[in-house]
Amino acid sequence: MADAIDPATRFAKTDFVIRKERIQAISKALFLIMVVIMIIPLLSIIAYLVYHAMPSLNWEFLIEAPKKGMSEGGIWPAFVGTLYLVVISLAIAAPIGVFAAIYLNEYAKENWFNRIIHLAVINLAGVPSIVHALFGLGAFVYAAQFGYSIISASLTLAIMTLPVIIASTREALASVPASFREACWNVGATRWQTIRAIVLPNSISGILTGIILQVSRAAGETAPIMFTGAVFYKAVARGELFPYYLNEQCMALSMHLYTISTQVPNVKESIPYATAVVLLCSVLVVNASAIALRVWLRNHKKW
Amino acid sequence: MEQTTNTIEIEDLRLAYGVKEVLHGVTLNIHRNEIFSIIGPAKSGKTSFLRCLNRTIDFISQATVSGTIRVDGEDILRLKDIYHLRRKIGMVAPLPVGLPLSIFDNVAFAPRCAGLTQKTDLAEIVERCLKQAALWDEVKDRLNTLGTALSGGQQQRLTIARALSHQPEILCLDEFSIAIDPVTTMRIEDVLKELRKEITIILVTNLTQQARRLADRTMFLLNGDCIEIDRTEIIFSDTPGNRKTYEYVNGIFG
Repeated sequence: MADAIDPATRFAKTDFVIRKERIQAISKALFLIMVVIMIIPLLSIIAYLVYHAMPSLNWEFLIEAPKKGMSEGGIWPAFVGTLYLVVISLAIAAPIGVFAAIYLNEYAKENWFNRIIHLAVINLAGVPSIVHALFGLGAFVYAAQFGYSIISASLTLAIMTLPVIIASTREALASVPASFREACWNVGATRWQTIRAIVLPNSISGILTGIILQVSRAAGETAPIMFTGAVFYKAVARGELFPYYLNEQCMALSMHLYTISTQVPNVKESIPYATAVVLLCSVLVVNASAIALRVWLRNHKKW
Repeated sequence: MEQTTNTIEIEDLRLAYGVKEVLHGVTLNIHRNEIFSIIGPAKSGKTSFLRCLNRTIDFISQATVSGTIRVDGEDILRLKDIYHLRRKIGMVAPLPVGLPLSIFDNVAFAPRCAGLTQKTDLAEIVERCLKQAALWDEVKDRLNTLGTALSGGQQQRLTIARALSHQPEILCLDEFSIAIDPVTTMRIEDVLKELRKEITIILVTNLTQQARRLADRTMFLLNGDCIEIDRTEIIFSDTPGNRKTYEYVNGIFG
């Protein structure tokens, strides 16, 4: 017969349990400290920027054109230019990227050719933007003879964002369980019927999130557009909505920030900070909407 | 077995994944309107066999099939219209798969893929199939709710309803009962006995007693070899044609 267990000590903590709990508490604290360390620089950057930008942060600054050799005035031409570049480049990259990803994930058989394509896509996503810039300069500005223009810059940005869009779309498609596809094929659905009815509706949130996150990348990059279509200064009327033709060069926020911080003498001190805040805020707004969209779509997720 | 016309005739079916052969020349006939069960331990090629039947084996890269499979006289390995074939063969997977659609759309999916758009026709099919799968009474008031929100047993019956929605002549069930409770299993088994009057049923099962209860004939598959095909009574008798069969169905190995 087993020894009788004293009811008082039966559920008492053993040394092992106590040690386990201590390790648990320490690791939790350690990870929390890391989170705090991560947040501090982020918040201080934002606080620093906003503090210095304060004198210039107003509606006029956004819709006014630069004045007096860009040392005063607003940033409207650059803001609109960035808008142009982002919208056009994503209009090019998103459909190509999504359709290519659908082919690669849903149709392509596993063979050496597709494995090489997969590898190429992954590697392209890691290529530095300056390399894309040089490629864009050679391919679009000179070879295709688009010249230094919005179209060249947008195409370069599109080439840059394309591999990431393909990768994120593939990931979203792959997250749809294979059993759904098999169930559809079993009842005589074609691949396209399966994709349309089941795969796309259930991966659209991931696909859209991937695309929207590329907005911030396209908006923030300076190198690719500097070589292919962004310009130092362009005269644009205050608040004009469509100031550029596609075969013209344009101003852009990231480029403008670079210019006024390094090239232009006697810039009013708050202007570069305010430009940075506008760029940061645009990116934050876009990213926040991506998160909101994802949450909304996830709440409608069906399995 | 009064009437023994063959609906499926298979000759020397071989299947390999890459260099690894998993079916080593299986030859058999399946009669019209019988319940034909396939038993055998794991990895003996039961599921792969079913995949060959409806050509979903095509989706597995590196799978090579040889031999002939004739369904109603048609050589399906050389067939062009595989979608028609798949509609002719209903397939139920081991784990219930409710598609992330409403219950109605789950069942109406296959007819829609086949080009049917009339709402009244679809409603008729949905009602008939859900009734056949013994699910209608439980879901008739909430056909617009999600199929994935049903319980496991209900989803499995939904899967069966979907497999019936394209009016198959052959219904394949691959270990349909592993994820559901015994009561639901018995209900589905009753459904199968009912369906047997109209269609041919191929039942892959790990539960030898299930084969014994339902099947007219049984095939014992072991590591890709067909050990024995005979009437179920004989397979489960004390004197089947092969000693391994006796050992397997009596739980001595496997």
